[in-house]
Amino acid sequence: MAGTGKAHLRDPNEVMLRVEDLVVEFPVGRGNTVKAVSGISFDIKPGETLGLVGESGCGKSTTGKAVIQLPKPTSGTVVLGGDDLAGLSGEALRRKRTEIQMIFQDPISSLNPRRKVGKVVSEPLDVWGLGSHDERSDAEIEEKRQAMMRNVGYAAVALGALVAFLAASKSMAIIVGVVIATVYVAIKKAYLKANADRIAAMTKGSPRVNSLLEQVGIDPSVAIDKHAHEFSGGQCQRISIARALSTDPKLLICDEPVSALDVSVQAQILNLLEDLKAEFGLTLVFIAHDLAVVKNISDRVAVMYLGKICEISEANDLYARPAHPYTALLLDSVPEPDPTIELDTDMVEEGDLPSPINPPSGCRFRTRCPYATDICAAEEPQIRAVGDDHFVACHHPLIDPVEV
Amino acid sequence: MAATAATTNDTLGSEPLLVVDDLKTHFHTPRGVVRAVDGVSFALGRGRTIGVVGESGSGKTVLARTIMKLNLGSSVETTGSVRYQGREMVGLTNKEMRQYWGKEIAMVFQDPMTSLNPVVKIGRQVTEHLRHHLDMDKDTATETALQLLKQVRIPEAQKRLEAYPHELSGGMRQRVSIAIAMACGPKLLFADEPTTALDVTVQHSIMNLLAREQSDRDMAMVLVTHDLGVVAGRTDEIAVMYAGRIVEKAPTTTLFSNVKMPYTEALLRSIPRTSQRNHTRLAAIPGRPPDLINPPKGCAFSPRCAYAQSQCFTELPPLVEAGPGHQYRCHFPVGTAANAEAFATNVAKGLPQAVSIKVHDDSVAAQEGVA
Repeated sequence: MAGTGKAHLRDPNEVMLRVEDLVVEFPVGRGNTVKAVSGISFDIKPGETLGLVGESGCGKSTTGKAVIQLPKPTSGTVVLGGDDLAGLSGEALRRKRTEIQMIFQDPISSLNPRRKVGKVVSEPLDVWGLGSHDERSDAEIEEKRQAMMRNVGYAAVALGALVAFLAASKSMAIIVGVVIATVYVAIKKAYLKANADRIAAMTKGSPRVNSLLEQVGIDPSVAIDKHAHEFSGGQCQRISIARALSTDPKLLICDEPVSALDVSVQAQILNLLEDLKAEFGLTLVFIAHDLAVVKNISDRVAVMYLGKICEISEANDLYARPAHPYTALLLDSVPEPDPTIELDTDMVEEGDLPSPINPPSGCRFRTRCPYATDICAAEEPQIRAVGDDHFVACHHPLIDPVEV
Repeated sequence: MAATAATTNDTLGSEPLLVVDDLKTHFHTPRGVVRAVDGVSFALGRGRTIGVVGESGSGKTVLARTIMKLNLGSSVETTGSVRYQGREMVGLTNKEMRQYWGKEIAMVFQDPMTSLNPVVKIGRQVTEHLRHHLDMDKDTATETALQLLKQVRIPEAQKRLEAYPHELSGGMRQRVSIAIAMACGPKLLFADEPTTALDVTVQHSIMNLLAREQSDRDMAMVLVTHDLGVVAGRTDEIAVMYAGRIVEKAPTTTLFSNVKMPYTEALLRSIPRTSQRNHTRLAAIPGRPPDLINPPKGCAFSPRCAYAQSQCFTELPPLVEAGPGHQYRCHFPVGTAANAEAFATNVAKGLPQAVSIKVHDDSVAAQEGVA
């Protein structure tokens, strides 16, 4: 598994994100490094959902974070819309990052507990001055306009009365003052009536924040003045999604977004992501350890093990015909809600994952692989095609490779 | 512990190992009384496994803790009856419970990092139980602990005796918890979400390990989980909990093949499956579980149910017998004409949960057409 090679990459002109030879290593002292991600390549077409799946410690979250350059990868390129993010820094990178947003696993701790929800969602807009000035502060402008009208009205009354007093008498001043005040009140009434709908639609939140919250199924009039802890996990995840959508990202990276949720709420969030994807043409990287969840939402799935891609394929084909022994192992372990399925009760694995500080030579999965032979220790397998849009990095794949 | 057809009545004649009858656990809080467990009854025979399934807040963990008498504090009120080997346990003092904990009844918790003591070596955490409960001397206890760690397939067991919990991975830590629970040979094991924090492959291993230990020791098990996939192949019987009550209980194969309670059906529908094609629309259950201080009148599931009629909002459905060992609470059980009629009425009314099921069914049909 090791899977190096780029046989699975597609035409660069068709993809929106292309990651090549991504390496992420963390120094851990005594000259050791954790090899979290070791030279993986993948690409995503616009509107596609790529699922990243694997056990904990396989580097799937690190990969997601390296795409957004948090932290910067040790080496490799991340090309988004023609620019290599890994080569950018400072302000240029900051600007480019608005095109990528992220949703995290724990919805409650990923929202600032001291901020109100309205502020949480509008912060990216405020930082970037997005949603244009008038859109963000329609309510503010309206308030100022009315205050100005009021001041002009008072001034007119006072001025008219003063002029009348100087030119004529005290009683004349009163009459002129009352006439001007009546005219002012009439004008104000007419204005409010003409703009009633517009003013009523203006709530405390900006229209942009309100529409974002509505899109994720949260009632803005209730939510905007509350704090994150007043919501359930599923609702907090919806708020996180609203925040992520606020900058109109091209790419949304979801890092285990439903792992902390109950099945019923998990289904709500998965459906919501599908709806938003259809509505905004979002491109998703969906990171999760639950194979059934990943299949449900993904167009294409990459299976990772110890920092390498073992298998990458169109979703249905991967689950129907796993080519890598590790994919097969994962699929055999999925607990299906069906008591008639025969369980493999013999599997009681002893060991742990090998250490990512000293990964095994050759294919990294060989220490757990039932098919491993000498070549697996000596040589790292290259990614090759085993079907239409189905690629595997294995010396002994479960389905025969095809010639391309 | 593979589910077999003849699951229910083997305990007739002698009293089952554990009999729970109308058990209630109420917490008195400033906001009101939380009815976390509200009248639960079931029986469990020797060597058998019951799965307790439900969403968070359904009362499944509180149920397990109530039977084990682990609910502490003066705000807890427990009524009803729990008979273990014919002896009443409700009302026992902690001192009296000590002869049961560990030796007779043990528990494996969800998070092994918090259930193990972080500053005590693994070896001592295992031997402590042996020495306390079984009066072993130090050397015998260490030798037994080593055997236990080997039984739960911990590699390099000798070395691990000297390790601290943080030096082990999550899966290894859960194996240690299981070894500790097994140490004194309990006859009844509570496993509260034992694999929820673990990877699928590790989950599979741990569940296999539990099954093996269970059949070796003829131990009964209460498996508490939110995952219907985990209980499907590994229990004899399943109890589905909602808002503190059992809403459906049946032998495992019956439950999956002949669902009666709409909540069970809704849970099953909302799970994504690897057998479905990608982008299959999931039938989410709208809303949230009810507030246990002010639960809805009538059926607690009625506000989220696709089949609910006016009767459901006012009348609590009784527990009805559907077949041997199969009970449910519902006025319009799934698979009946009344249910189909109620569904049609709700779809016509545009009730969101009913419409969402229709969308799901259409999506599945369409995807199958593609396949």
